[in-house]
Amino acid sequence: MEITTRDAITVLHGVGFGAFLLLGFSGVMVILLSSSVAGHPWTSKERRLGGYYLGGMAVLAWAAVLVGAYVIYPWYRAIAPAGTVDLSAYPQRLLMSDPTTIGWHDIGMEWKEHIAWFAPITMTALTYLFVKYGPHLPRFRGLRNAMLGLAAIAFVSTAVAGLFGAMLNKYAPVRGGNELIILKAKTND
Amino acid sequence: MTDRADMTNGRGAAAVLAAGIGSFALALLALAGDASRSISSTLNFWNPTGPLSGVTCVAILIWLGSWLFLSRRWASRDVNLARTNVISFVMFAAALLITFPPIMDFLQGK
Repeated sequence: MEITTRDAITVLHGVGFGAFLLLGFSGVMVILLSSSVAGHPWTSKERRLGGYYLGGMAVLAWAAVLVGAYVIYPWYRAIAPAGTVDLSAYPQRLLMSDPTTIGWHDIGMEWKEHIAWFAPITMTALTYLFVKYGPHLPRFRGLRNAMLGLAAIAFVSTAVAGLFGAMLNKYAPVRGGNELIILKAKTND
Repeated sequence: MTDRADMTNGRGAAAVLAAGIGSFALALLALAGDASRSISSTLNFWNPTGPLSGVTCVAILIWLGSWLFLSRRWASRDVNLARTNVISFVMFAAALLITFPPIMDFLQGK
């Protein structure tokens, strides 16, 4: 069982950062509703943990976009030398070579590469508001509304980027680099 | 801990509005880069990533710069949060729409 380094980094980007981020939004909603709407009396320890959780989400969002844009995207958009017939090492060119897959680049990647950045920006602002206003948050209704909106934008951005990321990797996976052996199969002689 | 009486909503409003400004700036830069070859090459800060490198770096600078500016300006003030929230979320909505490729193409008359 082997995986290439580019595959491994793509998995880290999509599953390690992106999917965890998506899963984490359920916790974000619990924190926001509990601290703002439901009026749950938070202890300072709970509030600190809530801040770490939101901060962790912001870190995941930054990690996802930075690795995506500055490590994986260059592999994705690599230009194939003239005359290359096998485009499997050039995902963007592979998608654009077929009218049935070109939309995955023209709409999927073109939207994903930009919309994904709204998630770290909004998650950073959200974390700042939670930490800065702490126990006073229930008294600032406008800020609570803004925080719910920021969380919604971060979720939508992550979901769109994640959906297109998964589909792009299905039709034109980013592969290459060294082979990493995960497990060696038993040979039955 | 700061007492409620001393705590204003200014810094919070600055964070929300700056996030809207940063996202909207990213969308406008992406649109400009897509519409103009010269802007696209100007935004090509790092060749492997192409114009996306300039779009994201400049947008982050605008976001952080506007956050710092607004935060200092509103540090000890209570601002109209309803207004800043509406402005921010209109910018977010516009950013989401502008970055959607069919709308980006439509805006360029393609």
